Amino acid sequence: MTSFSFLHVEYLLQAALWTVLLSLVAFVCGGSFGFVIALGRISRSPLLRRLASLYIQVVQGIPLLVVLFLTYFGLAIAGFKLSPLMAAGISFAVYCAAFLGEIWRGCIEAVPKTQWEASECLGFNRFEQLQKVILPQAFKIAIPPTVGFMVQIVKNTSLASVIGFLDLSRAGQIINNSTFQPFTVFGCVALIYFCICYPLSALSKHFERKLNVSNR
Amino acid sequence: MSAIVSIKDLHKSFGPVKVLNGVSLDVEKGQMVAIIGRSGSGKSTLLRCLNGLERVDSGDIKVCGHDIHHPDKLNLRELRKQVGIVFQSYNLFPHVTVERNITLALTTIKKLPSAEAKKIAHNVLTLVGLEAKKDAYPEQLSGGQQQRVAIARSLAMAPELMLFDEVTSALDPELTSEVLKVMEDLSKQGMTMVLVTHEMAFARKLADVLVFMHQGKVWEVGPPEELFNHPKTAELAKFVSSDL
Repeated sequence: MTSFSFLHVEYLLQAALWTVLLSLVAFVCGGSFGFVIALGRISRSPLLRRLASLYIQVVQGIPLLVVLFLTYFGLAIAGFKLSPLMAAGISFAVYCAAFLGEIWRGCIEAVPKTQWEASECLGFNRFEQLQKVILPQAFKIAIPPTVGFMVQIVKNTSLASVIGFLDLSRAGQIINNSTFQPFTVFGCVALIYFCICYPLSALSKHFERKLNVSNR
Repeated sequence: MSAIVSIKDLHKSFGPVKVLNGVSLDVEKGQMVAIIGRSGSGKSTLLRCLNGLERVDSGDIKVCGHDIHHPDKLNLRELRKQVGIVFQSYNLFPHVTVERNITLALTTIKKLPSAEAKKIAHNVLTLVGLEAKKDAYPEQLSGGQQQRVAIARSLAMAPELMLFDEVTSALDPELTSEVLKVMEDLSKQGMTMVLVTHEMAFARKLADVLVFMHQGKVWEVGPPEELFNHPKTAELAKFVSSDL
């Protein structure tokens, strides 16, 4: 049995980097696809609207854990052997896209209809309306729920350990197995999670304040 | 004089509710036409049909040479360059400054260079007496000032026809008069205007043609003094007297 040392902390920090990396992949890929989903949900074409909402309903109806199993073990049987990072990245992107898509649709629809009307009457086409009038206003509305969701995602990346992804939580478990100092180890793990999530919330507040000032 | 707006036997329903029931009306260039009537008489819907915001069920409607009843042939973008509209609730863009509210359409739709757009913004803001407020955000302005910016924003597109949908209904009397003053100036400069209004004194004094709408029809139409002093129908007589 070894006791908790600086080497362990270093190991935890390395694992934390993987947690951050997976969160970034989830946000960037999931966010891009989620944006497309949100646009699909407000599209004029009934087909696109239905496809987008079908996607959201299906993904929201499946636990993230099962999505992870499906992409890692399921695709392997189908002949696509993915690395844990790859599989986790895809799973989280798929998952985030559904939730962010729905969150952002709500934000776009929260912009008053009269803004659509006023810009339409000035001659804007639909793309210009979105680009110049609707999305800039929706962006501001979207910051708090988006950051809130992202903080959830950072913490949920721990689920990826079930497919062998060595993230912060998994690293904590491994260390605890050899040191048997759960309070110290998981206290450290908790602190690192907090250090990742807190700046996100702070950044959100900063953005909100900044955007509010420019509107006043 | 040539007709800018020509409407014949216009019909429009929202589901089972018939809102416009055979409206016919012509507006000549340079005229100010004021539409009055009770709530639900179809005034606002008629106005919204004029720039294609509402689809028409049947009838002929021509605005600035565009045939509005045939949406497939209609170039809405061109129509909207020629027809400006101002709403009761101003509908300024809250996320940009007053100046940007005006230049946004100029740079986006008319593809004007920024400097030229700013010059136009300066001109129209001077016209409505708000050039000092160009860097303010809409929230920072009073209702009357916001409405004047909304008018300036429409004017910047150099429309041939301006529509005003109860633009002073949300304002107190003092702010109302500053907005009406801007509209009076516009009219004197020869702008063709159609307004839906509850400002009877304003309509009476300045409109060339007064239209009284009732049950989705043009119930009476003519010079304001005549309609106010000698209403031909009981409905108008009642409407006019209730205003006093």
